Amino acid sequence: MPSRIVAGLGLSHVPSVGVAYDRGKMRTPAWRPLWDAYVPVREWLARLAPDVAIVVYNDHGADFMLDKYPTFAIGVAERYAIADEGFGTRPLPEIRGAADFSIHLCESLVADEFDLTVCQEMGVEHGFLVPMNLCFQHHPDGWPVAAVPLQVNVIQHPLPSGRRCYKLGQALRKAVSSHEGDLRVVVMGTGGMSHQLQGKRFGHMNEAFDQMFLDEIENNPGKLAELSHQELMERAGAEAVELIMWHVMRGALSPSARRVHRHYYAPMTTGMGLITFEDS
Amino acid sequence: MGRGLRPIPDTTIFDLRASRRGYRLNKLCGSLCSPANRDAFKRDEEGYMSRFALTEAEKQLIRTRDFGGLIEAGLNIYWMLKLGAVTGNSLYRMGAQMRGESYEQFLSTRNLKDAV
Repeated sequence: MPSRIVAGLGLSHVPSVGVAYDRGKMRTPAWRPLWDAYVPVREWLARLAPDVAIVVYNDHGADFMLDKYPTFAIGVAERYAIADEGFGTRPLPEIRGAADFSIHLCESLVADEFDLTVCQEMGVEHGFLVPMNLCFQHHPDGWPVAAVPLQVNVIQHPLPSGRRCYKLGQALRKAVSSHEGDLRVVVMGTGGMSHQLQGKRFGHMNEAFDQMFLDEIENNPGKLAELSHQELMERAGAEAVELIMWHVMRGALSPSARRVHRHYYAPMTTGMGLITFEDS
Repeated sequence: MGRGLRPIPDTTIFDLRASRRGYRLNKLCGSLCSPANRDAFKRDEEGYMSRFALTEAEKQLIRTRDFGGLIEAGLNIYWMLKLGAVTGNSLYRMGAQMRGESYEQFLSTRNLKDAV
């Protein structure tokens, strides 16, 4: 049986969520709205019982340094370490990889002209781990799902275009469906939504933009992927350009995928969005 | 400014020119992902800075915790967070300084200031 994509999620990966999680603060009034929004998401994912999560994320200088910074990078390892991004290593079990599946993805994606940097070792950090914490309950000895880290350069311009990310998602769909492994796969596009973390415009958010993005990624994803980096950064903040990683997820889902959950919460400096799709 | 990008008010876009300019600063901050290096920085900040061939002006930006100046000098915000962690400056404290506000003033502009 070929493997198939069963679901996709677009979600923010705010680092303070990891801190709140580790300190047991997710049920305090400030964080409860976010935590509660993910309760049905975790139940839904448990019912879908995915074997593998492809996590589209960006590293923030924990594992990839600026001496060599790939545009797209993918892990092909059996396990991924928890990286120290400058604040200590979080008390989480290492991530179980899916090496054979990753290798198949590389072969298919490179044949489709996506020239990825291939990584035998990767350490993962908040960009990857916060979405994992929100979506899956880990146990001391591991996680209920294996993962493939897919890293995108969203911090050092020039960045790949939104359209390129959407096409990478489409190529990813082709790669998954040509894998004879009978795996159930979820794709997570992480980052955003509106935020700016430097300059006098620090703290800029734009809920109207974020709600538009949530509408359009559901209904007009191909058109949304044409949004320029310039317009995205002007309207939603320079660091909001991370949202291009959601296009990879949406491109990997069928255009008619059914939206299941949607949530938005913006307490401090980042619009935290969530949208989920179930594939037909 | 990168090809096809136009300036955005009160915003620094981290492109390859900024990355070249800030390479040594980013290298120093990237090294702070190791606990031993964080200890070394805390023990002897001047000695630690001397390992990275920084200019005097760059060292002064670190000494004075001039976060806006560091961004202008090509330090990427995500690398600057590591310097913040080792010097006791959270993202929101750095942000308040970049906005020209006190921490309390900055917090009062937020929707829900307890979610820190």
